[in-house]
Amino acid sequence: MKTELANPVTVRNKASASDPSEAAVPDSDSVAIRVIEPARGWIKLNLGELWRYRDLFMLLIWRDVAARYRQSVVGYGWAVIKPVLSTVIFTFIFGKVAGLPSDGVPYPIFSLAALLPWMFFSGALAGITSSVVGSGGLLSKVYFPRLILPLVSVAAGLAELGIQALILGCFMLWYRIAPGWPLALAPVFILMAVVTALGFGFWLTALNVKYRDVGMALPFFLQALMWMCPIVYSSRMVPEKWRGLYGLNPMVGVIEGFRWSILGGAPPDWGMMFVSFSVVAALFVGGLYYFRKVEMTFADVI
Amino acid sequence: MHPAIRVQNLGKSYRLGVTHAGSLRDLVNRSAARLFSRKQSSRHDRHPGDSARTDHDGLFWALRDVSFEIAPGEVVGVIGKNGAGKSTLLKVMSRITLPDEGRAEMRGRVASLLEVGTGFHPELTGRENIFLNGAILGMTKSEIRRRFDEIVAFSEIDRFIDTPAKRYSSGMYVRLAFAVAAHLDPEILIVDEVLAVGDLDFQVKCFKKIKAVATGGKTVLLVSHNIAAVQQLCKRAILLANGSVYATGCVENVLRHYVATSTLEGQIGGPQGSRPKWAAPWINSIRMTTSTGVLTSTFQLGDDLGIEFDFQQPECKAISRPVMGVVIKNATGAVVGAVNTRMSAQTTFRSSAQAGTFHCRLIAPPLLQGTYMADVWLGDGAENIDCIEDAIDFQILPSDVYGTGRVPFAEMGCIFLNALWEFNDNAAGSGTSL
Repeated sequence: MKTELANPVTVRNKASASDPSEAAVPDSDSVAIRVIEPARGWIKLNLGELWRYRDLFMLLIWRDVAARYRQSVVGYGWAVIKPVLSTVIFTFIFGKVAGLPSDGVPYPIFSLAALLPWMFFSGALAGITSSVVGSGGLLSKVYFPRLILPLVSVAAGLAELGIQALILGCFMLWYRIAPGWPLALAPVFILMAVVTALGFGFWLTALNVKYRDVGMALPFFLQALMWMCPIVYSSRMVPEKWRGLYGLNPMVGVIEGFRWSILGGAPPDWGMMFVSFSVVAALFVGGLYYFRKVEMTFADVI
Repeated sequence: MHPAIRVQNLGKSYRLGVTHAGSLRDLVNRSAARLFSRKQSSRHDRHPGDSARTDHDGLFWALRDVSFEIAPGEVVGVIGKNGAGKSTLLKVMSRITLPDEGRAEMRGRVASLLEVGTGFHPELTGRENIFLNGAILGMTKSEIRRRFDEIVAFSEIDRFIDTPAKRYSSGMYVRLAFAVAAHLDPEILIVDEVLAVGDLDFQVKCFKKIKAVATGGKTVLLVSHNIAAVQQLCKRAILLANGSVYATGCVENVLRHYVATSTLEGQIGGPQGSRPKWAAPWINSIRMTTSTGVLTSTFQLGDDLGIEFDFQQPECKAISRPVMGVVIKNATGAVVGAVNTRMSAQTTFRSSAQAGTFHCRLIAPPLLQGTYMADVWLGDGAENIDCIEDAIDFQILPSDVYGTGRVPFAEMGCIFLNALWEFNDNAAGSGTSL
């Protein structure tokens, strides 16, 4: 039973052909129109909307970066301590005790050059995976493109990587290693690490909303993946015929490439690199689509 | 003239039993259940009245066929009982979740305010939180910078603006949060019942600010439990019931419908609320009645409030000296008053039975309009037996309690006062009426 007391609702035809897109268009001249409709058909990436939310994006990055170590004594020193200590341990165990070869460069710098992209990747992936679940309060109270959350986690990790790059520089000075032209490619490999972290992260964070098992399994997954990456050992120790299979782990390409760009030496196995890059591209595109497809249900499920 | 908000046949459904975050094990269990016995999934989490909102696919329609229009500059209140679909409507309108049917269109810059202080980070300072929270609510950085001083002044915490928010008292925290929200400047504002927060002084300030917004030419959709607030702020209201628009029109008419439906349904059945650890579950139903015994949860200012409960002893010990207590709390949970039979009854009740019904009639309590909750307590002599906190909630509607044609304002506090007045004119020579 429905009672209309006054102002009966009139359903008129739509008078003007308004922009059928989902987002409000903050245009100062014309009226912003927001249309809310059920999702149908293919998901649009709507990157323009992401751009309109750049202020929020920047502030959230800044919140992460500023708040991360605020109540710790060492603060951002942790960004330095973690890789340096790991390098010391790896050098002792794998370099000295196990005597693993290090492609002709001193073992400490050999492992540090691989640890940087790896630590960035594992930190970023852990951050991304918990980014949506960890923002439940935001998700259920405010609209913003949910894609911002994983992007913020990655960007906050990049800040740490910047600090760690300085450490690497110091190591190189100490060991008197001058990088060659491949250094110019280092940003490309960092970008690869970003894309890889996002590629995995889009899937994991979206799945984590529904199945918290993902969050539980991640630390183990990361630990297992680490031994499958050429960090403490060189990928040249992997037999030639297995290299393609080995390259299926996308971080192999990233780490191998980054180490080569810093330390020079023989270039990596490009066939293996190609496999890694293809896997990354597929993961990223698939993950992005999946994330966009389910992002509007996060608030219902979380 | 285009309406500022036009909603057409909006609908939102949830699949029962799968709205919660699950683990892989749940998924396996559900799939297995589906394989072996179809259609028996989680029927137990439904309320009895919900069957009409569940269709044959097992979808629960939290919102269905909701249509309305709001003209630019209009302030419209959305009211309804718990579970009527208010929050879902708000979430769909704020784009937090997508509808499954229909369409909504809004013309103008929209801001929604479902909570104050969303995204506040305890490690950040007040200043930093203003920027963060502002951006989350949709302000640009330059907008926030422009209003920063106003926000700080409104929040009254200027001395602590560079202190981390975790050192704030809860009062300071909500003041700052509300201050940011109050300085949003949209054309359309969708706002949940976040209305008054903080201590009494600040609540009055909040309410004034909201009133200023409401009369300042903005289009406002206000969703609220607080009937008194809706009545003061809105000219028009929409009553939601069971996920659909039950009535719409001028506030007084809609409120009359609201009262009528709540009287109709009363509050029968098992109590809501929570029991403290020590409580034994004796009380099995609670209701409120008017002085003539009609079930209701809505009263006029100055009415007698009837509160009744039935109890049943689960084991076989009989109660000998039954005692009833009632605590009235306001919408923020603060205790307004309390009374019990040991304190105010002329006689001690005697019983030898294991079950009974207690009636309490609060005589013309001076409660101001608004939403209140009652705790009930059952004891045997001085011994605690059962207690249900927030067992029942009720509304007090404003009325001309003084018979002067003027209704007390909601921001006058929590109770209304009666007074006898006298006036002496001190002008020279005519000090008295003699």
